[in-house]
Amino acid sequence: MKDVMGVINDIEIKQGLEKIVEHRSTAAVPFGGRYRVIDFVLSNMVNSGIKNIGIFTENNSRSLIDHVNAGKEWGLFSRRDGLFILPPKLRYHYGAKKTGDIDCFYSHIDYFKRSRQNYVLLSSSNMLYNINYKKIKDYYEDKKADIVFLHSKDKGKLKSQQNINNSLEMVFMKKSLFLEIIEECILKGYSDFIKEGIIKNVDKYNMYGYRYDGYVANIDCVSSYFSHSMDLLKPEVWRDLFFKEGNINTKINDEAPAKYMKNSEVKNSLVTEGCIIEGKVINSILFRGVKVHKNAVIRNSIIMQKSVVEENAIIENAILDKDVKITAGKVVKGEGDSPIIIGKTQIV
Amino acid sequence: MNIRIKVDFIKELKEEILLKQECVAMLLAGGQGSRLGLLTKNIAKPAIPFGGKYRIIDFTLSNCSNSGIYTVGVLTQYEPLILNSYIGVGSPWDLDKKDAGITVLPPYVKNDGGEWYKGTANAVYQNMDFIDHHEPKYVIVLSGDHIYKMDYSLMLDYHKEKNADVTISVIQVPWKETSRFGIMNTNEEGRIVEFQEKPEKAISNLASMGVYIFNWEKLKKHLIEDEKDKNSSNDFGKNVIPKMLREEERLFAYAFDGYWKDVGTIESFWEANMDLLLEEPPLDVFDRDWVFYSVNPSQPPQYIGGSGSIDNSLISDGCQIFGEVNNTVVFPGVHVEKGAIIKDSIIMSNVHVGAGAFIEKAIVGEDSTIEADVMIERSEENEKKITVIEEKMHIKKDSYSRERSSRVLSKEGV
Repeated sequence: MKDVMGVINDIEIKQGLEKIVEHRSTAAVPFGGRYRVIDFVLSNMVNSGIKNIGIFTENNSRSLIDHVNAGKEWGLFSRRDGLFILPPKLRYHYGAKKTGDIDCFYSHIDYFKRSRQNYVLLSSSNMLYNINYKKIKDYYEDKKADIVFLHSKDKGKLKSQQNINNSLEMVFMKKSLFLEIIEECILKGYSDFIKEGIIKNVDKYNMYGYRYDGYVANIDCVSSYFSHSMDLLKPEVWRDLFFKEGNINTKINDEAPAKYMKNSEVKNSLVTEGCIIEGKVINSILFRGVKVHKNAVIRNSIIMQKSVVEENAIIENAILDKDVKITAGKVVKGEGDSPIIIGKTQIV
Repeated sequence: MNIRIKVDFIKELKEEILLKQECVAMLLAGGQGSRLGLLTKNIAKPAIPFGGKYRIIDFTLSNCSNSGIYTVGVLTQYEPLILNSYIGVGSPWDLDKKDAGITVLPPYVKNDGGEWYKGTANAVYQNMDFIDHHEPKYVIVLSGDHIYKMDYSLMLDYHKEKNADVTISVIQVPWKETSRFGIMNTNEEGRIVEFQEKPEKAISNLASMGVYIFNWEKLKKHLIEDEKDKNSSNDFGKNVIPKMLREEERLFAYAFDGYWKDVGTIESFWEANMDLLLEEPPLDVFDRDWVFYSVNPSQPPQYIGGSGSIDNSLISDGCQIFGEVNNTVVFPGVHVEKGAIIKDSIIMSNVHVGAGAFIEKAIVGEDSTIEADVMIERSEENEKKITVIEEKMHIKKDSYSRERSSRVLSKEGV
């Protein structure tokens, strides 16, 4: 896999995630207690032996850059190759029409040309699964394909637009073809690599789908975010997503082990290091460094990093973003399938 | 006024840069720790896992890093494999600096033959070249087997203020335990006037914590003299310090009043772990201003099942808990099946506890498996006894019996 370069597309902000993406790009959305969604595709790439990874990002990139930094936690901090964060080039005409990922790829075309690798594996950041991409390359060679998509349903030759739309937003091809498609899109004025560059050429290329049978979480709106998070409370999903083919790595924070105080009660929940729990936590996910004070009750909720729930507060069907504080005795309740979101650093 | 600020700033900056170079730490990590029995069978004492995700040496290394001492030599000798690979280039403790950093120093062959480290002072003596290479003014000698939180830069300030040749940090210990320590007697300005190594009748209860700051020039002179003395056992506490005192060098005691624990025995190791479970623990591992760094395993969050129940415990990531855990420290990746009960214990990484097993007052080593329905009970004859199960053990229900216990698991008396 040394001959493959990984490209992660974090250009589109999934607006369906509402307040969760107010301060961060899609790739940097916190997920599963200690991760950001990008950790999954990044770890998959590294676990598969990919040594050169570029991340294309556009808006609100601070969280993402802070998180991945030089790629040290993923073993990407190296003399040769490694991790590249590729922000958009300065646009001189402010307010110029947004032209999608093609524009971003094209403006960094020298990055692709300079890289030693001959293959490109392009993926979005918000599809979570645990795979060794070597299987895709083997399949590509076996089928003598031009392009291979990762797919959750179909396998074999892809013929229709419908087929491709259902894919897991991951494509594999030769770098020369990747560059050819970009050049063509620029000429024709297309802006989206997959939706236009590839789908409109569905007859031209020999395209195959590789079927992935494991658990897949597509994080693109609040309800999918919430339901996939809650799926982690099923031990089989927990194992499938975190251990199937390799470990998922993330930024290290050096927190102490979680502390469960006397009279605390925790059932069917994910808890992360650095938490101190005195109250009750049921069917919930606690990120790093969350504090749950005496007699506080948390049910069916996601509590992000360093949030504090004070005494006697009640939280149900809610997503608390980072550094939120729920003061003593307050009640925060959402509906079963549409959880209430409390934005970053808010005090209730 | 602007210039004034600039001058102050440059001065501060200079001081900061100087601090890195001015004091080199020598961390003694070569001891076997034989009183820890099975726990140190295959690893050096400083590498023993502690407190849910740390190893004992993490506390001293984090203290160095948090105190701004970035040049650290770690003297290893006994079973260094795990310790060496654990330390690596020191990046977890922020000790992989450009002009400083961590260096593992095992004994090595020299022109005239070379030899093992004979004693603590000899270990430093054999690495004088390493210290000279960094040209420090001071050397701080530390031990890799204590659990504490200490700002060495404050002790260094004290050392300078007293214009001392040696500063020894001391802590008050209960009078009945004085015979286990090196005891200092000081005058009113803090100068050490008498020193007793493990005395039967102590004259004070100020015990040495094994943390010394020396003026490098003075120390070098005494190390060379000590090496020439054929009767010396080349130990700081037994030989070098008493000699410096006899020769009327300026020895000062630095009183430390925080938590400090020597985890040299199974009992004290267990107690120090249990101390972390107190409602107001004397050592706060959650303090974000003084983080204890460690090599972090890459593990997902811990999962507590619907049948699981946890009370007064520390649990690390990657654990899956379906049973009952009380008053216990649990390391990463432990799996506790339904119906299992664990009490007053320390469960190290990747241990599997089968359904219905019962574990009380035990230390279970890494990668061990306790099969379903195994009973490891508190000893009836001796309430204080702690059961120790070494790493990679497989404890089956029928193989466990008190008579044959020495084969499958060993009871460590205290």
